[in-house]
Order: sequence, then C-alpha cells, then structure tokens
Amino acid sequence: MSNNLYIVIVGCGRLGSHLANQLSHVGHSVVVIDRDEAALNGLSSDFSGFRVEGDATQMAVLKEAKLKRADAFFATTHEDNVNLMVAQIARKIFNVPHVLARVFDPRRQQVFDRLGIETICPTSVAAEMFLLAVASGRAAQGDVQP
Amino acid sequence: MKVIIVGGGNTLYFLCRNFAAKGYEVVLINRNPEECVQLARQLSAMVVCGDGSDPAILNEAGAMGADVVLAITPNDQDNLVICQLASLQFGVPRAVALANDPDNAEIFQNLGVSAFSTTHIVGSLIEQRASIEQITNLLPVAEGKVNVTEIALDAGFPVAGKLLKDIELPENALVAVVIRESQPIVPRGATRLLAGDRVVLITLPENHGPVLKAFTGEGQ
Repeated sequence: MSNNLYIVIVGCGRLGSHLANQLSHVGHSVVVIDRDEAALNGLSSDFSGFRVEGDATQMAVLKEAKLKRADAFFATTHEDNVNLMVAQIARKIFNVPHVLARVFDPRRQQVFDRLGIETICPTSVAAEMFLLAVASGRAAQGDVQP
Repeated sequence: MKVIIVGGGNTLYFLCRNFAAKGYEVVLINRNPEECVQLARQLSAMVVCGDGSDPAILNEAGAMGADVVLAITPNDQDNLVICQLASLQFGVPRAVALANDPDNAEIFQNLGVSAFSTTHIVGSLIEQRASIEQITNLLPVAEGKVNVTEIALDAGFPVAGKLLKDIELPENALVAVVIRESQPIVPRGATRLLAGDRVVLITLPENHGPVLKAFTGEGQ
C-alpha cells in the first residue's frame, strides 16, 4: 500500500471502527459510513477521518462518501447481504480497485467469489484456527493425524 | 411453470393467488413463522419458512427446478442477493428483484440482475393518466350546469384528423371554437380537427365524461 490511501469503510461496529481507527492512525484518509449516529461515536478521539451518517445501500450516501476517489473499500456491517450489495456497487459501478466484504455465512461466500467480490468469512477463518489448534495440540501430544 | 416468490405482505399474497389461478406451481419463502402459518392456511402454495438469501432455504424451496424467482422483500440488499444466488448457484433462468429504492433498479441491472421499481411503475402510470392534463376546465357557466372545457388535441387522440361531422359526439355537446396556431376558427361540419388544435367544448355535466372520452379515447 502506498503512503496515503483514501479508504471507505461501511459499518462502524467492532470491526469497522477498529479498522478505521488503525488506518486513520497510520495516516490514511478514512471515511466511515454507518446509519446509526451512536455507532460513529465509537470511533477513537484521535480518529481524523470523516463520518457519514446514512444507509450505504442508498446511492446518494455512497456518492457523499466520494466513492469514485476511493483506493479501497471495506464492507463490515453485521448484515451479509448489505456487505455483498455495497461491495458489488463499489467494485462494478464506482470501480474501486480494492474491495473487501465481510460475510459471516460461508455458503454465501462461494457465489460471491464467482462474482469477483473478495470476501472474508470470519466463521471460516475462526474454524480454521480452531482446527489448526486442535491439530497442533494433537501433534504436541505426539498424536499423528491419519 | 414453477415460480418461487420471496417476501411477504399483501403483494405476495395477491401475486401468489394470481399465479396459482393461472395454474403455476408457486412456492413462497417468508422469514416470519406467524405469517408463514397464515399464508399456508390461505393459499394452496407450498410455504418455506426462512431467509430467502440462505442457499439452504432456496434449495428447500426447490430452486434447482424453478423457472422464475421473484424477490420482493422490503430490503433491496436481500432481493439482490436472492436473485444472484438463484441464477448463479441454482441456474434459475429468470430471477427478478424488486428495487424498493428506485435508484437501485438501474444499479441492479448494471450488476446483471433484472429489477423493477414499483415507484417508477406507479409514478409513470399516474403521469400517463394525468397527461389528460391536456384538458383544462375553463369555466363553469350557470352555476355549473354548463361546462366550458379546452382540450389540446394529441396526434394519438381518435378525433385527430377527422372531419367534425364524422365525429360521433353524445347529445348536448358542442365544439364551440377551434384554436389553430393562435387563430380561432368557428367550426362547421366540414372543419377537420388536427393534432395541435385546441378545441373549446361546451358540455352539460351529465355527458361531460363521455364527450371527453370521445375526444381522448381514454377509458375505452
């Protein structure tokens, strides 16, 4: 990633606000969109980016966040379908070069891989880590997997 | 034809009844258990209770063999994802999404999903009806017992291009003046009405509607 990126984040929950704080802290220009004003108050005091209060599934809100200029777009709301919809709009209509969507349901992930939308599935990631821990725990006990 | 409809409310109910009456095989998907029970009682359709954007639920509803999936939930994001799953994962030939936000109709099309907006449809219907705006009520005479009305003739009106004597008007109606390119003409039977003319009509209230219909062709 180059020095200063313009990054738009949809959803200011635990993941969204964490990402926003970190990215703003290292000097990127960050815009956070959430339809709930209270959620936007969860950003840290040294967050220097912009806050947009509104529903990101409405075109006007995405335009307000100046998506055309964005280098990266992260969809992190707690609703899979919202993330998938706004990610597609960012990628295909606003041509944002780097788009990532969080999707909880691993079964939905496959279809969106096919649509060219890069997704991160916390369920799959966590499951892998658990399985890895189980496997390495076994290995530590000298119990070799078949 | 097998149709899967995802959504709820009156629209879903009446659509389903309509499709079932045509002999289509209809499967409904609704996420509210109480509404599902209601629907199953009222309709002869199969009802699946669950989230229509969940591939397992679509599968249960038989998406694999469906001809049409119609997503009419109140959430545009759900409608989009339902249609994309239907066509990409289940190979449904026609998947149509309702765009609650009219702006999304165009966006969904750009994302490869057929979409319609009821706001657009109803809006344009109203505009069409209101284009009888070409009719201006000039003034009521004799306490409303006589109407004086002006109609701007459209090329599509059935009277455009006809001789006045060939136009069948109800009784008690009179074409008083024709204004053509700002020139008033007091018409006779041999006067031909042209598109673009403004016609001043005198009618009695009881035949006012039928006379307007004869001119505009509307309501036939």
